[in-house]
Amino acid sequence: MADLSSTFVGIKSPNPFWLASAPPTDKAYNVTRAFRAGWGGVVWKTLGEDGPPVVNVNGPRYGAIWSGDRRLIGLNNIELITDRPLELNLREIKQVKRDWPDRAVVVSLMVPCLEEAWKAILGRVEETGADGVELNFGCPHGMSERGMGSAVGQVPEYVEMVTRWCKANTRMPVIVKLTPNISDIRNPARAAKNGGADAVSLINTINSITAVDLDSFAPEPTIDGKGSHGGYCGPAVKPIALNMVAELARDPEMEHLPISGIGGVTTWRDAAEFLALGATNVQVCTAVMTYGFRIVEEMISGLSNWMDEKGHKTLDDVIGRAVPNVTKWEYLNLNYVTKAHIDQELCIKCGRCHIACEDTSHQAIMAQKQGVRHFEVMDDECVGCNLCVNVCPVEDCITMVPMAPGSMDPRTKKPVAPGYANWTTHPNNPGAVEAAD
Amino acid sequence: MSGEQVRSGIASGRLEPAQYAANFADLHPVLSSHEARVEADRCYFCHDAPCMTACPTHIDIPMFIRQIASSNPLGAAETIFSENIFGGMCARVCPTETLCEEVCVREIAEGKPVKIGQLQRFATDAAMAANKQFFARAAATGRKIAVVGAGPAGLSCGHRLAMLGHLVTVYEKKDKPGGLNEFGIAAYKAVDNFAQAEVEWLLQIGGISIEYGKALGRDVALDRLRAEYDAVFVAIGLGAARALDIPGAELDGVDSALDFISRLRQAGDLSALPVGREVVVIGGGMTAIDAAVQAKLLGARSVTLVYRRDRSRMPASVFEQDLAAAHGVHLIFNANPVAVTGAGSTEAVTFEYTSQDGERLVATGETFSVAADQVLVAIGQVMEAGPADLAVADGAFVRSEHNRSSLAGVWVGGDCARSGDDLTVSAVQDGKVAALSIHESLMG
Repeated sequence: MADLSSTFVGIKSPNPFWLASAPPTDKAYNVTRAFRAGWGGVVWKTLGEDGPPVVNVNGPRYGAIWSGDRRLIGLNNIELITDRPLELNLREIKQVKRDWPDRAVVVSLMVPCLEEAWKAILGRVEETGADGVELNFGCPHGMSERGMGSAVGQVPEYVEMVTRWCKANTRMPVIVKLTPNISDIRNPARAAKNGGADAVSLINTINSITAVDLDSFAPEPTIDGKGSHGGYCGPAVKPIALNMVAELARDPEMEHLPISGIGGVTTWRDAAEFLALGATNVQVCTAVMTYGFRIVEEMISGLSNWMDEKGHKTLDDVIGRAVPNVTKWEYLNLNYVTKAHIDQELCIKCGRCHIACEDTSHQAIMAQKQGVRHFEVMDDECVGCNLCVNVCPVEDCITMVPMAPGSMDPRTKKPVAPGYANWTTHPNNPGAVEAAD
Repeated sequence: MSGEQVRSGIASGRLEPAQYAANFADLHPVLSSHEARVEADRCYFCHDAPCMTACPTHIDIPMFIRQIASSNPLGAAETIFSENIFGGMCARVCPTETLCEEVCVREIAEGKPVKIGQLQRFATDAAMAANKQFFARAAATGRKIAVVGAGPAGLSCGHRLAMLGHLVTVYEKKDKPGGLNEFGIAAYKAVDNFAQAEVEWLLQIGGISIEYGKALGRDVALDRLRAEYDAVFVAIGLGAARALDIPGAELDGVDSALDFISRLRQAGDLSALPVGREVVVIGGGMTAIDAAVQAKLLGARSVTLVYRRDRSRMPASVFEQDLAAAHGVHLIFNANPVAVTGAGSTEAVTFEYTSQDGERLVATGETFSVAADQVLVAIGQVMEAGPADLAVADGAFVRSEHNRSSLAGVWVGGDCARSGDDLTVSAVQDGKVAALSIHESLMG
């Protein structure tokens, strides 16, 4: 049985599945239910400074996109940070941590860009016995217009400054949560590191409009005929999040600063992928907002069974394992030649591979053979692009088969060269340089 | 069980009054919008889709399903109606399991085809509920065309001709349009007077007038039509049920299944409709199934359907066979009727077992008897005497390319022009093809 216990910046939890700072972690009632269901930790929904609580809209806060059977693919929200009194939240955090000492309780914070404001709240959080704080530099709506959230996260200098204030004013580990609404995730991440952050967590939500109501011509979610951009999350954002996590995991300047992976984690498999790309744990929100807390059972069991099957004993055997395999395009092996192959036994003859290739790619899949409906790859036209694999509705029906070095590529009419060769030395590259001896 | 139900002979009111409505409710509940979108999402939008090829009218099925999936049911309906103006009825009566759905790649892959028929119903119902018309008449051509028969073939032809700007006069023997849609199909497949509603809807295009009570040969002569009109389309159906030619076939209680269905379809009050206590249906096609199931639904205690060949050769689809079985119809295969017996009215049918020797049916000499106070005969239709100058072969008018008959200026289609294939959808295609051919010959 694999050991799923996790240690993230010194914070221990029985598994790497935390709930992200969001509505599911807004109060003790929810968090207690989550812990009972088996979640390893929570990041409590973002607290603001003392005073009159923030005000949320009273119309819809969420918008969504769905697949045909209304499976939720992407969710967007315009909810703000907690709208409950600070004192109430702090009291509940203290009680929950006392009741659940083996679970991680991290508190998300967002206060104005003044050192005094951060110092004041850090002290009060420390008193609760919470395990750490996460600085919310990511929220893209509502708070950002007030100079907080992503308004800070988009300016590396601010990220560094606030992080430094926090480190100077607390003994708790400081996790900096990053906004993806920037051009290069490495800049704010490096700033966090330079400010002394113990870790980064990413991604926060992505600026988005989920839909437009075509009767009222208003963006959704619509509040009295108007809409505003909201933060996008859920399965649809996972590829973006994975890339950003990988960018930080392989950035030498980050020096392996721990990463908490966030963005569309819905199943154990998603979590394992984040871990493989360098995240030490994952945070989940949309999946529980869709299905409830019980999904953690599937995540624990799935991750554990996969690790057992593969012989991974602890999370450290998995974390970062895919990072060395992420590289720049220019280092990809140009001698690796593949051809699509259609398994005729599995083929159901829908013809999607053919029309995709015929209309939009390389005219490499026939639709007929001797007058009979038949889909087969013509190797002399196939560039190995994989589009047919992606549009085929049957799993494993079309596969990409590598050609053996030395065999003749019927498309180029040249033998497949042995060994490794990339763009940096390719004769067509005007910037190619001869490798030094 | 009420007393009426067990009363022998042919009697009405075998069921509690409320039971009739329940028994004759819609066979397939209509898909909700969400169900339709989920089902539509299963379609792979195949290239050169096999379902389209299998459809006799070549509806662009992947396109209309994609239109449903994208919440555009009226667009879907337009796609359907542009190839098949009887798309609503075909969605109800087509044996999709032997046409489009049989070749659906999902059927190949998992044995569960996309429910094309039900999706077509969803889209066409939406259009009819909105009373949406998709087609307008082209500029008047000044040409007049006579159509004989207001069934699916005739009205399909008439509608297409009207679209193309011609003036159409339809001559119909009966006092109602619709043909077998109105008179020859189980009630639970066309509830709420759908056949009439559909005809009313399609006639809204204008340019089509129907003269009822006008039978070809009796009230109108083909010669006169040829003289008065620029072209004639004859789609008069077959008209006569093939009679049972065995001893006792003349006894009271022996009836044509088609007449039984027709009476049922035209009945205002089903509880007034008599049905036998023990019913035997002879035949293996859709009409046999429709008659057998409806006899059961009317309260017959036992219904036995007897087909002379084996199950694999039964013209009724497996779905139809299962439908009958699910309603408690007893199916007997490989048995040929040899005599109906009874004193004055029918009491039993004697059958002889058969075996198949290649394509030949061999009588085994072994007989058995099934009690029957009503015998419904569904062994096909034969052509009533038609116009002598139209050539006939294999029991149908001879037709050549584009449904031209043996006479210049006369086109034929539907059941009277095809032997064997009696599907509504084929008749619709015949009418469409003939209309396009007439148009080309007049305007080309």
